Amino acid sequence: MFELPVQQLVFLFLASIAIFAAFNVILQRNPIYTALGLIGVMCSLAGTYLLLSAQFVAAMQVIVYAGAIMVLFVFVIMLLNVRREESRLDKGKYLKIVAPLLFVALLAEVFYVAKAVPNPPASAIAADGVHPYGTIESIGEAMFSTYLFPFEATSVLILMAMVGALFLAKKRTTQEAETLGQMILEMTPRISAADSSTAEKIEEPARKIAA
Amino acid sequence: MPIDQQSIQLFIGLVLKISIVFVIALMSPVSMNYIERRMLALMQMRLGPNRTGPFGMLQSLADGIKFAFKEDIIPMAANKWLYIFAPVVAVVPAFMATIVYPLGPKDVPLPFAATINSVVNSLTGLQLNLSKVDLHVTSFNVGLLYILALTSLGVYAIALAGWSSNSKFSLLGGLRSSAQMISYELSLSLSLVGVLIQAGTVDLYKIVESQQGAYFGFIPKWYIFVFQPLGFMIYLISAIAETNRTPFDLPEAETELVGGFHTEYSSSLKFAMLFMAEYVNMLTVSVLATTMFLGGWSGPFVSDFPLLAPVYFLGKVAIFMFLYIWLRGTLPRLRYDQLMNFGWKFLLPAALLNIFISATIALLAY
Repeated sequence: MFELPVQQLVFLFLASIAIFAAFNVILQRNPIYTALGLIGVMCSLAGTYLLLSAQFVAAMQVIVYAGAIMVLFVFVIMLLNVRREESRLDKGKYLKIVAPLLFVALLAEVFYVAKAVPNPPASAIAADGVHPYGTIESIGEAMFSTYLFPFEATSVLILMAMVGALFLAKKRTTQEAETLGQMILEMTPRISAADSSTAEKIEEPARKIAA
Repeated sequence: MPIDQQSIQLFIGLVLKISIVFVIALMSPVSMNYIERRMLALMQMRLGPNRTGPFGMLQSLADGIKFAFKEDIIPMAANKWLYIFAPVVAVVPAFMATIVYPLGPKDVPLPFAATINSVVNSLTGLQLNLSKVDLHVTSFNVGLLYILALTSLGVYAIALAGWSSNSKFSLLGGLRSSAQMISYELSLSLSLVGVLIQAGTVDLYKIVESQQGAYFGFIPKWYIFVFQPLGFMIYLISAIAETNRTPFDLPEAETELVGGFHTEYSSSLKFAMLFMAEYVNMLTVSVLATTMFLGGWSGPFVSDFPLLAPVYFLGKVAIFMFLYIWLRGTLPRLRYDQLMNFGWKFLLPAALLNIFISATIALLAY
């Protein structure tokens, strides 16, 4: 996979950090340690991308995931001062069966990709050791020509999510709130037919808003 | 794989260059601390530290020794591991950013190359063939993004330091600063987009190269003059906010938050690390300003004497570092809501406007 022994050593180092941090994410009870574990996983993955000559993806991994998304997570955890998470294992028993199955499926997928996708031939590496497809130019070109539709579709999706978030967080006038409460009240019989406990939880606040 | 001559030379060169840049970065907090205190004193008609060594120049060294020997107190209610970990998170990304500083052009003839070769040969028996040197540790094709990625990790240090201290002042300072840094990081990155449109690359080395030459023989082709003055102003303001300096130093506002996020860090080595990270971040931000807007190492006679390049470069960086001190001596601190309003309602739209203008110019002129 890697030409130099140094690269193998660096890969082993990064991979062991990633695995250690990933276990941290699952096993820690304190949410802040979990978040830090996730940041560790993302940073070591960025290092691995660098080893694979995907510099742009590596930089984006750190900027977007570690630098933007996880900061918000950590921020909210600190703001709410969440202490410890209670054990939730007894809640979804069927998850215990589904989770290993999903894990096996994912593992199979990883093995399939490792088998099916060929490593880049040595000739793909330019004289200065830079893969032409890891650069910002080649990614931009692919994104705005071959993969233009998926790219645009994703951006529309993100825009929709943004508008949705704004709508939910918007301050409402009393009249709008009343209509919203009425709407929820009208929906409760249908919800309670499917799931009575959720309907009970919704009904009380909806009545308050509508009044 | 056998180790050949070339890789040994490459390795030695890299180690040497990294140590030089590291020492520059390490010296910046030490010297800045002294210069800042003297300058502030000058502006406020005081004397400043003038007892330790000639003109008080050893004051920073004395401070460093004091940091090392002071009792290291970890608050009982603090989260011990994160409390120790936070300064490390501050320092490591700060110093990692130093390796892409573009100090000068590539393939500069090394002075005394023959002497160095023969000295190394007589000392170690290695046959080196040094003749030319690149005046930067590495030139990455995503150099700018690398620096931005590392600066964005700096938030964690302050947030973690504030949270793990388990004190109200620290927590408030940490939360304030995370909010501030997230807000201003946006306009910081967006203000650079105009330059990227004009340069057509994110490689710091190539960005400097694209700013060589002059109009009419005397106006240099720096991006601050060529269509990016607005971008430069936005960058400068958000850079000061991003490094938590006056007038945006709310995370450590003494009058309301004691010491902000580092209230519980008594003057031990851990505090010294937080302090050092702040100054290295200032250096990185100044380096970026120089590279993106002031033409990096370019200046008169650089093509004839390439070794002038680092001098010009560090000189321009020093101007920005002085600006930090100047602002600290001049401006009062903003209120928190003013800071947030300014960032989101003025700087961000201005940065977007700048992108729009740059794109239009690029469409018409190139």
